[in-house]
Amino acid sequence: MGMSLFTPLSWNDSGFILTGVLNTVYISLVAITIGTVLGLAVGFLRAESNRVTNTLLGGVLDILRSVPLIIQLILFSTYIGAMGHPLNPFAAGSIVLSLYTMAFMGEVFRGGFESVPQSMVVAGRSLGMSYWQTVLYIRLPIGMRAVFPSWLGVALSVIKDSALVSVIGYMELLRTSEQLISRTQQPLEILLGVGLFYFIISYPLSLYGKYVERKMAI
Amino acid sequence: MIKIQGVYKSFDELEVLKGVDLDVKKGEVISVIGGSGSGKSTLLYCINGIEKIQQGNIIVDEIDVHAKGTNRDNLRQRLGMVFQQFNSFPHLTVLENASLAPRIVKKLKKKEAIEIAKEELNNVGLSDKFDEYPTRMSGGQQQRLAIARALAMKPEYMLFDEVTSALDPELVGEVLDTLRMLSDAGMTMICVTHEIAFAREVSDKIAFFHQGIIEELGTPEQVISNPQKETTQKFLSKVLH
Repeated sequence: MGMSLFTPLSWNDSGFILTGVLNTVYISLVAITIGTVLGLAVGFLRAESNRVTNTLLGGVLDILRSVPLIIQLILFSTYIGAMGHPLNPFAAGSIVLSLYTMAFMGEVFRGGFESVPQSMVVAGRSLGMSYWQTVLYIRLPIGMRAVFPSWLGVALSVIKDSALVSVIGYMELLRTSEQLISRTQQPLEILLGVGLFYFIISYPLSLYGKYVERKMAI
Repeated sequence: MIKIQGVYKSFDELEVLKGVDLDVKKGEVISVIGGSGSGKSTLLYCINGIEKIQQGNIIVDEIDVHAKGTNRDNLRQRLGMVFQQFNSFPHLTVLENASLAPRIVKKLKKKEAIEIAKEELNNVGLSDKFDEYPTRMSGGQQQRLAIARALAMKPEYMLFDEVTSALDPELVGEVLDTLRMLSDAGMTMICVTHEIAFAREVSDKIAFFHQGIIEELGTPEQVISNPQKETTQKFLSKVLH
């Protein structure tokens, strides 16, 4: 029996797959965390600022949301490399994915802040609260509750979109599986496994989102 | 004492207050009546500095509300306000609603703030609702919560802005009873109201507002039973049927 060029999938590959899984989780968490924090700031600014700032800020966010993520990733990592500041794939991917997440979270949070009736803020001020106290104790908690399901929706799509970071060489789940596929020639098993992984992460979260939405609808 | 002297207020082109003078002494209950759009509510918002004024002065206990250096956040601790809309904080329980401001504004210890909140909630008859969320309560209960929430700051004055107008008719009584209790306890109150009978009963003075000025001011007997101005007579004949 001659040596085959391809070696089939085996348990020895699990460590490699696990690296991909963890890297996907890792970059998703980074992007969701940074994107949420920046999105809060951007959403608050948009809800509070005058029309000029709003238009400018809105324009930037529109670009981030309209240009396909894959193009942003390639553009950014190529450009930053050509400028003489090459970044490793994780850093470049985190930056682009975080900003992309911020653009969507910003709109979510803006809606949240704007959903809090002004009269409720005035009630807070009449009790002696400062402007920032009404932001912290009234607008933030009430507004964020209102948009939690949308926040979760954005977070879920970020987990799935993180697969695109593979195009700039980050060893997340999709890229590890592509490498395994080229070695094993077993695309069906591997891609089904990868798909299952995303489903296992996303589906319970979206069920949880629906549950929370129902609970808050009372 | 609250002194309102020659106050003018406009929203862009629209002049709402056109020279209002009014003194409110400690312990007095003053009801402000008049048609909608006459500027009654705006006056309350100017007294606690939520709305700016263009001319005149409002002095609360020697403090010029609209002066440049005035710390209005501090000042508002003296001036409780209750609104037509209940404005309960929906994410907080009844007890948290009433103890939030004492805790974060007055910086009281949590335990102390809760004691004060419980006491005020007991006074308005909400002792069995501490852990309830306001959205599950009736309008009358929410409005009583709003009163207790304001009282928990131990204000010197209370401003009531048409507090029964958004209530179902059968719930008006419980809120008016709460106001009666407050006035019996000697609270200084300015009530913007459409409840003429109530105003006549509890007020020391009645101010009839018409087109941004106080058209007639006096005791309930003077203003409601024996109005001198034609505009007052017309208004009263409309609302008293």
